[in-house]
Amino acid sequence: MPTLLPLGQRPPLLRMNHVDKVFNGNIVALRDMTLDVNQGDFISLLGPSGCGKSTALRVIADLLHPTRGKVEWEGAHGLGDLGVVFQEPTLMPWATVAQNVWLPYRLRGNSYSSVRDEVRESLRLVGLENFLDAYPRELSGGMKMRVSIARAMVTNPRLILMDEPFAALDEITRHKLNNDLLKLKAKIGCTVIFVTHSVFESVFLSDRIIVMAARPGRVLREVQVDAPYPRDEDFRTSAGYAAHTRAASEALKEAMGEPA
Amino acid sequence: MTTTDQGLLSSPVDAIDADEQRRARAARTERIAKWALPVIMMVLVIAAWAWVVRANEIPHYILPGPDRVWGSLRDDWAMLIDAAYLTGRITLLALLLAVVGGAGLAIVFNQSKLLELSFYPYAVILQVTPVVSIAPLIFIYVDSKVAGMLLCAWLVAFFPVLSSTTLGLNSVDHNLRDLFRIYGATRWQRLRYLQLPSALPYFLGGLKIAGGLSLIGAVVAELVAGTGGIGSGLAFRIQEAGYRLNIARMFAALSLVAAMGVFIFAALSIFSHLLLRKWHESALKRDG
Ligand SMILES: Nc1ncnc2c1ncn2[C@@H]1O[C@H](COP(=O)(O)OP(=O)(O)O)[C@@H](O)[C@H]1O
Ligand SMILES: [Mg+2]
Repeated sequence: MPTLLPLGQRPPLLRMNHVDKVFNGNIVALRDMTLDVNQGDFISLLGPSGCGKSTALRVIADLLHPTRGKVEWEGAHGLGDLGVVFQEPTLMPWATVAQNVWLPYRLRGNSYSSVRDEVRESLRLVGLENFLDAYPRELSGGMKMRVSIARAMVTNPRLILMDEPFAALDEITRHKLNNDLLKLKAKIGCTVIFVTHSVFESVFLSDRIIVMAARPGRVLREVQVDAPYPRDEDFRTSAGYAAHTRAASEALKEAMGEPA
Repeated sequence: MTTTDQGLLSSPVDAIDADEQRRARAARTERIAKWALPVIMMVLVIAAWAWVVRANEIPHYILPGPDRVWGSLRDDWAMLIDAAYLTGRITLLALLLAVVGGAGLAIVFNQSKLLELSFYPYAVILQVTPVVSIAPLIFIYVDSKVAGMLLCAWLVAFFPVLSSTTLGLNSVDHNLRDLFRIYGATRWQRLRYLQLPSALPYFLGGLKIAGGLSLIGAVVAELVAGTGGIGSGLAFRIQEAGYRLNIARMFAALSLVAAMGVFIFAALSIFSHLLLRKWHESALKRDG
């Protein structure tokens, strides 16, 4: 298991450098967003709907070109370096679980037999090793999301982007997936940028919360959660958790334009 | 308490309440009625038809009774089955060409905006012009009767395949499309692994419509083409029997055309179900 360096000592992974994104010439989705992402960070983008969280992820994923500024990766970066999980599981309904997880490799020209072990291992990590041949419609919402996570991890990417992945799930499933996500992240040692509009989720998961405000979408401030990993259910009831939650809530209130 | 729980687990039959029983009975009744009612209806209609003909002493050259139609089916079977074979062959070939042409054009249009903008309007024009009005022209310029008939039937049948496949190719989940982009999929990979599977249910819907239309196209083409060295199809037999006031044979041939249409539709429905049953909502059986 890779060791996680403390905040402030982690080598850089990428930098969003003064990025603006303007849609249709008048909708300012992002204004002057600068974000340094370091290796091993678990960053949450927290903010009200419409503040440009998804836009920021899409710029990092190179699905959108910034109007100004750019995203600079540290060192060379290739296709397998990025995994993505959307709010919907976004599985191909005509393909089995194993085939869905194979996809990132398949698109790089790897046959299934050559990456069978990786696919199995990834599904084992999310607890679905017995569902290789199931079709997505046979799975529950939480299980579909696990497949989606397995697919994002299968190539051992350096960075995983997650856009409100658990927002549509019930609370019990969400807590379970939050716990498992932290374990997975520790195990493969990747960096995560996680979009959420839940203060609780952001505090539980991340060590850096980037609070964003809308109109125009911008970074308001960063709240650091210095509680050590591993974090488990006990953390949810700890005093530290409550304190961080308060700090993040106040920042979020400010982001929504209310006096803190 | 414990005994009740065990009772529930060991004999689930006892747990079915009156409401559930009613529901199960209703489901069983519907399953039977789905087949039985149409059959009963048919028997009733045939009986009424026989009675009307006999009671009013309607001459058979105006309306033959069902017994005469049955007799014609039996006596003219060899001739009718030859005719059905010819019509069926044209229909199936036209359907095949409609699939290849319709789906092929849809893929080409999807890959090239330029070609789509240039040709799609003409595909629409071909579709909205009634085939009966184009058919005579076709037989002026196309020497081969078979080729002309195929062309007619194809003209009627290809458009539903084209338009539904086009819709399907464009109905890709936008997140999946983004995912393919992030993983650096080539155009060909996107088509092969994403767009074609997404389009399959749409294509199959178009195919079912095209099956019926290619039969219509084949029948119309036959009526326009007449006979000429290639044998005679069912439509021609209907027309010919009409000239001879052999109304019974008209009915017999007509029933074969209808049977053929039903067969094509049923076959395509089963085909579609087999392809989609594993994953598509339309093939999902809700049990319980
Ligand atoms: N493709 C687009 N075209 C035009 N406006 C967009 C587009 N995508 C996002 N926006 C706008 O940009 C703003 C930020 O959107 P988004 O990044 O989706 O916010 P969030 O994910 O934080 O809810 C919103 O006002 C939204 O309407
Ligand atoms: Mg969003």
